[in-house]
Amino acid sequence: MPDALLSVHDLACARGERLLFKDMNFSLAAGELLLVQGGNGQGKTSLLRLLTGLARPEAGEVRWRGEAIRDVNERYHEEMCYLGHANGVKDDLDPLENLRFADGLHGRAFDAARAVATLRRLGLSRCLDLPCRVLSFGQRRRVALAALLLAGSTLWILDEPLTGLDVHAVALMEGLIRDHLQAGGMVVATTHQALNLEGVKVQRLLVGSVAIPELV
Amino acid sequence: MHRFLLAVLRRDLTLAARRRGDWMIAQFFFVMVASLFPLGVGPEPDMLARIGPGVLWVAATLASLLSLSRLFADDHQDGSLEHMVLSPEPTVLLVLGKSIAHWLIYGIPVLLIAPVLGIQFNLSWDAILVLELSLLLGTPILSLLGGVGAALTLGLRGGGVLLTLLILPLYVPALIFGAGAVDGVMTGTGAEAHLSLLGAFMVLSLMISPWIAAAALRVSLE
Repeated sequence: MPDALLSVHDLACARGERLLFKDMNFSLAAGELLLVQGGNGQGKTSLLRLLTGLARPEAGEVRWRGEAIRDVNERYHEEMCYLGHANGVKDDLDPLENLRFADGLHGRAFDAARAVATLRRLGLSRCLDLPCRVLSFGQRRRVALAALLLAGSTLWILDEPLTGLDVHAVALMEGLIRDHLQAGGMVVATTHQALNLEGVKVQRLLVGSVAIPELV
Repeated sequence: MHRFLLAVLRRDLTLAARRRGDWMIAQFFFVMVASLFPLGVGPEPDMLARIGPGVLWVAATLASLLSLSRLFADDHQDGSLEHMVLSPEPTVLLVLGKSIAHWLIYGIPVLLIAPVLGIQFNLSWDAILVLELSLLLGTPILSLLGGVGAALTLGLRGGGVLLTLLILPLYVPALIFGAGAVDGVMTGTGAEAHLSLLGAFMVLSLMISPWIAAAALRVSLE
């Protein structure tokens, strides 16, 4: 597939002695969603960490725009944003400060008005000047999602993005993913929840051997 | 590149300003350890002046270890370390920025407190001046080498104790040259040689340790 931006070639992953998966191949083009599925402990998170470059594969490689991510690390990280189990939100800072430092670390100019608008859109208008310590788990997750939106990356790698979110936020998230894909972005996500994603090109990838019932 | 470094610095200093208690503990520890010695060995002024430089240097070393175990641990726990490593800038700069921030938070207060403690140990003004110079050259070494230890022990159980065992031996040259410089000026042999070696050691750790720490950090995060 010539227009695939992200591609994986004969990827193998091991945790300690145990081989989680091997000979994994897939490719993802602009506007596509890859839904990684599999039971607990089957290697979903490990796969996502391989895709981000945080972990090194046992064999095979991950390529971005045709080049191994190991070689184009810095360019790849400019276009990729990862949201893991932990939010990466500092408890001592308020949501706006968190976003400002996230922008600073990624070399982007901070646009306060846009950040406030994003936080409001995610339903955090009443928490703007509170330290994140006093926010609930779901609210902190929303702050992390705001950082994801402001990053403006092409590729989103989301590990259980819906954990801790209420029904409104889940609906909002579905909308955000759809918008992102329609704008030519790409998403790799794991989730155990059903997602309503009409009109979206979804690829499914089953990690591990345990089959799970259809979700979407 | 330097904008990233500044962003890391500003972030760490802001966080430190929000949690003053965390870094003040290291300073209180420094004062405590240094103050216990006169109580333990007795108040003879000559004796105190002789052990003073060594005691202050050991106390500064231990105080740095106290704050180093948290250098990456807090950011690791809430996931922000991964976000920083995944930024487009090289990890070496991240580690360097965090080490410099650590030095500003821990080293500068030590430099400010040390003269007062020097008086307590009956050091002459010349000796106190050289003590300050040696700490100015030496405390960055502690922060830089400590960054390597903090990265290596990240996420391990009992990481704090392991860090101490791992890093204290590496601190030995800094301790020898640092305390030696002050001894030199007190015995009249001069402090230049010790200070030059200390400076060389500082430049060496500045050039090498961020690379090692960055590699260690990547291994620890995997």
